[in-house]
Amino acid sequence: MKNFQIIKALSSSSAVSNISKEKEAMFIAGGTNLVDLMKKNVVAPDKLVDITGLDLAKIEFLTGKVSIGALAKNSQVAEDASIKEKYPLLALALAAGASQQIRHMATVGGNMLQKTRCSYFYNTDMPCNKRTPKSGCGAIGGSNRMAAIFGASDSCIAVHPSDMCVALAALDAAVLVEGPKGKRQIKFTDFHRLPGNTPEKDNTLESKELITSIEIPDNNFTKNVHYLKVRDRTSYAFALVSVAVALDLKNNVINDVRLAMGGVAHKPWRLTEAEEFLKGKTVSEEIFRKAADLSMKGAKAYGGNDFKLTLGPNAITEALTIAASK
Amino acid sequence: MASKKTNPDKVTENDSNSRRDFIKKSGLLTALALAPPSLVMASENKWDEKIAEYLETVPLSIEVNGKKHNLNIEPRTTLLDLLREQLQLTGTKKGCDHGQCGACTVHVNGTRILSCLTLATMQQNAQVTTIEGLVKGKKLHPMQEAFIKHDGFQCGYCTPGQIMSGIACIKEGHANSREEIREYMSGNICRCGAYHNIVDAITEVKEGGKEL
Repeated sequence: MKNFQIIKALSSSSAVSNISKEKEAMFIAGGTNLVDLMKKNVVAPDKLVDITGLDLAKIEFLTGKVSIGALAKNSQVAEDASIKEKYPLLALALAAGASQQIRHMATVGGNMLQKTRCSYFYNTDMPCNKRTPKSGCGAIGGSNRMAAIFGASDSCIAVHPSDMCVALAALDAAVLVEGPKGKRQIKFTDFHRLPGNTPEKDNTLESKELITSIEIPDNNFTKNVHYLKVRDRTSYAFALVSVAVALDLKNNVINDVRLAMGGVAHKPWRLTEAEEFLKGKTVSEEIFRKAADLSMKGAKAYGGNDFKLTLGPNAITEALTIAASK
Repeated sequence: MASKKTNPDKVTENDSNSRRDFIKKSGLLTALALAPPSLVMASENKWDEKIAEYLETVPLSIEVNGKKHNLNIEPRTTLLDLLREQLQLTGTKKGCDHGQCGACTVHVNGTRILSCLTLATMQQNAQVTTIEGLVKGKKLHPMQEAFIKHDGFQCGYCTPGQIMSGIACIKEGHANSREEIREYMSGNICRCGAYHNIVDAITEVKEGGKEL
């Protein structure tokens, strides 16, 4: 690992102003992804701004919403009794990610900013447009078992690896950020982006902006929720396909529903068309299957990940069935 | 405070090797502001090499297994490398060094973490417990006893990490069933496949109810 300078930020505004001074500077919090990337020389910052001393780790239950600080640890959120009660889908998704050691280290903000686990991105001997713009995509025509089936481009077919973000996309969360130009709020589903011709940009954060918190509006999704994660081993592996389901049922009729997928796109993939289809319908395997098929519209596979075209709708049907039966 | 001799531009002008480049990038003045007076004096006496060496390191106070250490470390030093290479505590193992195997698991301020993905400089004043810190006098920790009794290992390489993780698993309240233990121990990989016996050991310690 290249050596670097590290300074500890004492406030979010000083963190932003410190990082603004140098081109190759980055924020560090949990470090579970960044330190690994630095060891592999995928990123090599000259300067790190340690933000772990900032007062941004609180979970606050406010009127009509919960605010979760960007520095709250993944395990802290996953095991918070009120989060489990009021936003159980988020707790389930968090508990499905990584291992307990990593969840103790990783923060909410860092989870959102983690990089794809596409093997071409991590191997500096291989072409990767996300790591080195204009160098090509090794995964197209290469080893692409983990690759996207939605929203990919000729430049990049990588997927976003987070579980937490799939739940947050489903729950209509918002991202609060602070930067050189001040504070602003980003809709969670607009936070991550599709690769297009600029896969090096994972999200819509502007240069030197710092995530300070996320907010989730209150909802009725406290019972019939499920996070189904299909992976190569039972635990501690990234999703091949995952599905976040939240149902608000009244006498077996779907009053409201949220559906999102992970492991299938460059961003958490919200299934709005299937949601609209399901609203007002009575729970049945048949309508779940129809919703799943509807969700696959526009899906495209790349050889190694062809199985996701079948696994995807099966996982959606299964997740809906489990959520409805809770 | 800084004399002309320590002007970063001048240093770079006179000598363009990589160490000097680094000093320029990292900001000599900032680092000098943190340096003890003796080193400032050293710089005035042209002990350039010694200063350069010092400036690539940062001070760290850390407590490991009850013992306080005041060290100077490179910012890139991971907690794992600090323990093994500088404090000679080689009980904590380097398996993958990329956060995939759990062999480097230690407790920091009572929480299990991966020391290979932790920058030591970010653990200022932390209390670290490693496998070496479990034994009391000559008495093994109950989890160590249980691993021996249940044959919770073959080659033993993952064992320090398994034991540190197993203790935390119980303390966190995640050892209520074999299934739960397996889930919350999934960050510790055992190539010999001693999982069944590891779960036996953790179950026995949990049911023994001893304070860990």
